[in-house]
Amino acid sequence: MATTYTLIQAVTVGSGGAANIEFTSIPQTYTDLLYKISARMSVATGSVFLRFNGTTTDGKTLWMDGDGTSLTGNLDSSNQYGPVHGVNGNNLTASTFGSADIYISNYTSNKHKSSNTDGVTESNSATGVTMACGGSRWANTAAITSIQLVSAAPGNFSEHSTAYLYGISNA
Amino acid sequence: MTETITALEVCCCGNCAASGHQKETIRPLTAAEITQREADAVAYATRKAEEDAAATAKASAKASAKAKLKALGLSDTEIAAL
Repeated sequence: MATTYTLIQAVTVGSGGAANIEFTSIPQTYTDLLYKISARMSVATGSVFLRFNGTTTDGKTLWMDGDGTSLTGNLDSSNQYGPVHGVNGNNLTASTFGSADIYISNYTSNKHKSSNTDGVTESNSATGVTMACGGSRWANTAAITSIQLVSAAPGNFSEHSTAYLYGISNA
Repeated sequence: MTETITALEVCCCGNCAASGHQKETIRPLTAAEITQREADAVAYATRKAEEDAAATAKASAKASAKAKLKALGLSDTEIAAL
């Protein structure tokens, strides 16, 4: 069990937005990482994903998502790591932001990395709120030193989107 | 005018000031990142189209199956219970 949560860095997207949010030079002194985001995109999709160490390969993700009328399961073998559900597209209620947590275990190990994600969008629409949870594997033995949050569609993270990176020590 | 696509980069070294660099940097995407972004967009569009087609096919098959069950004499309640 975690005994400490330490905020490593926090960032808020400014006016004009940003295509990517990237944490670099991540300290190698913790056991796990927790990445918390509250975000909205400039396009009508909240499809974003994580990219470790700038690599575009080695990812595989399994997730479930639901919107109140259906529940679906998906396997993404596209090599992109870790789709992050729970980010609002700009088609949802104005000035609302989805939120998601991504827990990354043993990020400094020389084994493949696992993570789990849960997230939910925010909307006044009965069909606008979707939730998802998923697990991912990054088939790479390198320690994670940087994390990019990237839009799958060609959009930007909107102003006031936030990202927090916590380090978690188990001892 | 071409839009400049930017990344918001946050250094986590914890020693930015002493090391003489900024903690937060807004920088243009590199050429490689722009190329990757374009590839990501194509992959996303392809995947989305496949998912939409699969969802449509599934809904159609479900409606067809319900109609066939009803033709066999099952009630709506019985079909919903399956």
